[in-house]
Amino acid sequence: MSAQATQRKISTRESPGVTLVLVTVALIYLVLFLGLPLFAVFYEALSKGWTLYWKALQEPDAWSAIKLTFIAAGIAVPANLVFGVAAAWAIAKFEFKGRSLLITLIDLPFAVSPVVSGLVYVLLFGAQGWFGPWLQAHDIKLIFAVPGIVLATVFVTFPFIARELIPLMQSQGKEEEEAAVSLGASGWQTFWRVTLPNIKWGLLYGVILCNARAMGEFGAVSVVSGHVRGMTNTLPLHVEILYNEYNFVAAFAVASLLALLALVTLLVKALVEWQAKSSGDPLH
Amino acid sequence: MSHFKAHSVLPGFNLALGFTLLYLSLIVLIPLSALFFKTATLGWGGFWTVVMGERVLASLRVTFFTSFVAAIINAFFGLIVAWVLVRYRFPGKRIVDALVDLPFALPTAVAGITLAMLYAPNGWVGQYFAAHDIKVAYTPLGIVVALTFIGLPFVVRTVQPVLADVESEVEEAAASLGAGRWDVFRRVIFPAIYPALLTGFALAFARAIGEYGSVIFIAGNMPYISEIAPLLIVAKLEQYDYAGATAIAVAMLLISFALLLFINALQWWSSRRGTR
Repeated sequence: MSAQATQRKISTRESPGVTLVLVTVALIYLVLFLGLPLFAVFYEALSKGWTLYWKALQEPDAWSAIKLTFIAAGIAVPANLVFGVAAAWAIAKFEFKGRSLLITLIDLPFAVSPVVSGLVYVLLFGAQGWFGPWLQAHDIKLIFAVPGIVLATVFVTFPFIARELIPLMQSQGKEEEEAAVSLGASGWQTFWRVTLPNIKWGLLYGVILCNARAMGEFGAVSVVSGHVRGMTNTLPLHVEILYNEYNFVAAFAVASLLALLALVTLLVKALVEWQAKSSGDPLH
Repeated sequence: MSHFKAHSVLPGFNLALGFTLLYLSLIVLIPLSALFFKTATLGWGGFWTVVMGERVLASLRVTFFTSFVAAIINAFFGLIVAWVLVRYRFPGKRIVDALVDLPFALPTAVAGITLAMLYAPNGWVGQYFAAHDIKVAYTPLGIVVALTFIGLPFVVRTVQPVLADVESEVEEAAASLGAGRWDVFRRVIFPAIYPALLTGFALAFARAIGEYGSVIFIAGNMPYISEIAPLLIVAKLEQYDYAGATAIAVAMLLISFALLLFINALQWWSSRRGTR
């Protein structure tokens, strides 16, 4: 891309003045909307010094929020990983009726508001939901409890890995797998030794994005959580509680952890893209 | 089975598709269908009463209007950012490029409290607006700021690859025939990237309509003025008004669906005009 930029003929370039204006406008826009907020999170978190920052992070409620965030992501990401691989195997390696409908249905959670994603589980499992009376009779609590949070997280991160793997595996075709099978390899052997090495970068890419969303989800989790401090609060919900209590240093301290997660996500994502490109299997 | 699926030597089709359909149904399809069954219990009259309620109508207006404005802002600046990232070289470009995805990676609650702080009347950015008697945070303008942040990557990421694929030969040909740079952009480049721009706009718009976390902190949430529809859903749920919450959710889904159909039609119409 950059080589192309240098080769561009003078007739297809803008005047230096126009170029300068465009670059300036773009950078001001990005600094104002991306750079400044990112900087502000860390600035506010540390505005009263490191001691208060550490203290905010060592609160038992903060710890239980960290734990619950890891539990939710720790279940949602592997579950959606297994699903993504299965869906991509069926859709990319076989031809059957209704394939494109299936792809559309897999994308559905992206089309729904996070709040609605939480709402649907309340309708099913809430006190006045379809299964509410039955669950109450058996003393099972899903909504306003950890299982509801996990379910909502699984829902909002549902398409991430599948939609990364489906186009990738479609573009790779199925000749390699067919060769392996015709040489006597079993299905699992074929998958582990042929398919998986081919899709590893796409898989990692999907897992990173899925994880970032799983740990950062707010709206859906907020609806099903019930906001019990130290019990059903994930990190983003904990940020909200602290902020609404005007405990800004603590709110931004916890928020800085999530911002750090975002930065690590972007870094790993860029590395994976670069790795995939240099190993000759571009992701897109 | 033979009609449903083409023959293949590869194993695992039944297991993979079976698991896919089961998981899809349990996690997505059955829960989503609850939305429509719940609305059905209200009946047409009940649904209409909820949706035509003054406060609900106001929240829908706020939601769709602010989302539209934010998507327009993103379409304009997103095009410039994509252009700059594809066509020019400058120091730190790779970092800037990677940073464009920040709104996808940063949890919405974090974006919400940070933007609220920055654009508050005494905040880093808000004070300059306050000096001109403009309030940003706790007004619909604040909602637009949050939604602009949330939708920023969509236009950039849809336009970027298409812009990179525009053949420089076509531009050279146009230039050698005497077209000025602006003419080349208007007549040659813009028609090529227009569908991608529209797609990016639609994605940013759709995302903004459902957005909750980044908005509620900066919106001020004043009924009739800066209260978004997703917040009203949460409020109804907290009063255990499941049917009311569901009716708003379904109304939102129906309006967004209609808008996306309209944008698709626009795209189809413009691509037909282009090939004529």
